[in-house]
Amino acid sequence: MRQALFPGDAEGEVLVLAAPLSFWGGVSWETGAITNVRHPQMGQVVTGRVLVIPEPVGSSSSSAVLLELIRSGRAPAAIVLGRPDAILVVACLVAREMGWPAPPIVLAPDFRGTVSGRARIVGGVLDYG
Amino acid sequence: MILTDDETAIAAGGHGEGAAIALRLVAESGRLLGADGLVPVASAHIDGCLYHGDSGTEFAEFLVAKGARVTVPATLNVGALDLLRPGNVRLAGGRRNMALRLMRAYEALGCRSTWTCAPYQAGHRPDAGSDVAWGESNAVAFCNSVLGARTNRYGDFLDIACAIAGRAPRYGLHIAANRRATVRVDTSPLSDALKAREAFWPVLGAWLGRTVGEDIAVIDGLAAHATEDRMKALGAAAASTGAVALFHISGVTPEASTAEAILADQFATVTLTPADVRDSRALLSTASGDAVDAVAVGSPHFSLDEIIALEILLAGRRARVPIYLNTSRHVLGKVEREGRLAGLTGCGVVPIVDTCVVATPIMPAAGGVLMTNSGKFAFYAPGNTGYAVQFGSLADCVESAIAGRLVRDEAGWQ
Repeated sequence: MRQALFPGDAEGEVLVLAAPLSFWGGVSWETGAITNVRHPQMGQVVTGRVLVIPEPVGSSSSSAVLLELIRSGRAPAAIVLGRPDAILVVACLVAREMGWPAPPIVLAPDFRGTVSGRARIVGGVLDYG
Repeated sequence: MILTDDETAIAAGGHGEGAAIALRLVAESGRLLGADGLVPVASAHIDGCLYHGDSGTEFAEFLVAKGARVTVPATLNVGALDLLRPGNVRLAGGRRNMALRLMRAYEALGCRSTWTCAPYQAGHRPDAGSDVAWGESNAVAFCNSVLGARTNRYGDFLDIACAIAGRAPRYGLHIAANRRATVRVDTSPLSDALKAREAFWPVLGAWLGRTVGEDIAVIDGLAAHATEDRMKALGAAAASTGAVALFHISGVTPEASTAEAILADQFATVTLTPADVRDSRALLSTASGDAVDAVAVGSPHFSLDEIIALEILLAGRRARVPIYLNTSRHVLGKVEREGRLAGLTGCGVVPIVDTCVVATPIMPAAGGVLMTNSGKFAFYAPGNTGYAVQFGSLADCVESAIAGRLVRDEAGWQ
């Protein structure tokens, strides 16, 4: 099953989160860098990446962090979720109301492994490898 | 997702553009969450008023400009400023200005200026069984668990959208069948003396969040010891270490007259042992040695009863390090009217209202070791403030503040 949670087309380098990460308290709204000291990808930057989040978790203020990244041009190019989660999608819905271009979000429960390289989202379908 | 004719008309702009934006956000989110429709809500608690960059301010001001107003009673969570004692917060320049504009925009949308993470102790207590739309993880846990009202964890933007629309997506904890416990917690290995300790409750909460995550637990064996402030501390800690939005305590909380009354057909049983309690307590501290540079209490915001307990423990003695007392303007107003405030500040207590030391820069930037009796402060302080943490009871916090170094009663935890 693959489903567009928020529409749009995008392309970028894949970044698969190796552990759950809350955007609030885990990603800097100023730089897009992962700031959670307990996270294995601490210091990596989500900006411009096809960010794969197998296990969405975390604070409901994560919407605010993603909206700020969208507004400042530091958002991921696209977000791929392993299961449905409204918190990040709400940021894209708000951005659309504000007239700010927001990244597509797709649902891809079958996305596994440590895929690297570039990936494309076209018409709600993730194409990688 | 089926909208009523009224809802469709609102989404199309029948009640103005602001109402239309809000209804579209609620309906679209609901569709993603698998809701079959919307449910009217009796009230809202809004967590979007804490500054995390200018986009939040711009969105709130956009709603104001579009003529949006809340259509149900709505309280506000903490902001980034102490509006009554502005000098408490070190936020400066453009950020301070945008944080203030954000708070003023939420007031302009018709929300009440409560500025507290414990709205349930500032006069906002929905009826058991009513549907509401609340944000702020501890407030959600308290609202569902202790009050028995029904809310999901509504995050930033969706909270205010629900308050303007007067509706929330009908899914999750709005549906009675989804409120049943799938985990039963057996606390029989623990002594009554342990359960009677105030500091046991945040330790239990931190364990619960890590153990059950998003699942719903019913906890047995606590009926003799549960108080409102203890359940507040439990829920706040559980909602920090996990995504706990609802817990039940058999014989205490409104939906759990007995464990059997709320257990799902299929459930797991987990036994909480003294070793689990010791481990959970140890995880709440990150500092070693006996340094303590500041004490912070009041996450969630302290109640009047908790402030009186602090006053009794201080007994007029002067602390060597600041004791940051985080509370609501509602509760601090009572403290002032009862003539208690001067005595507290004379002992070295620094009252903070409308915000808290973990939400915004208040404590000296140099950092150090923060001691707290709050499981939520213990969880978030290292990441948000740079301070290392020592966890202890309220009495431990007071004795440490007076000594200027760590003083902690280890008896009874072994």
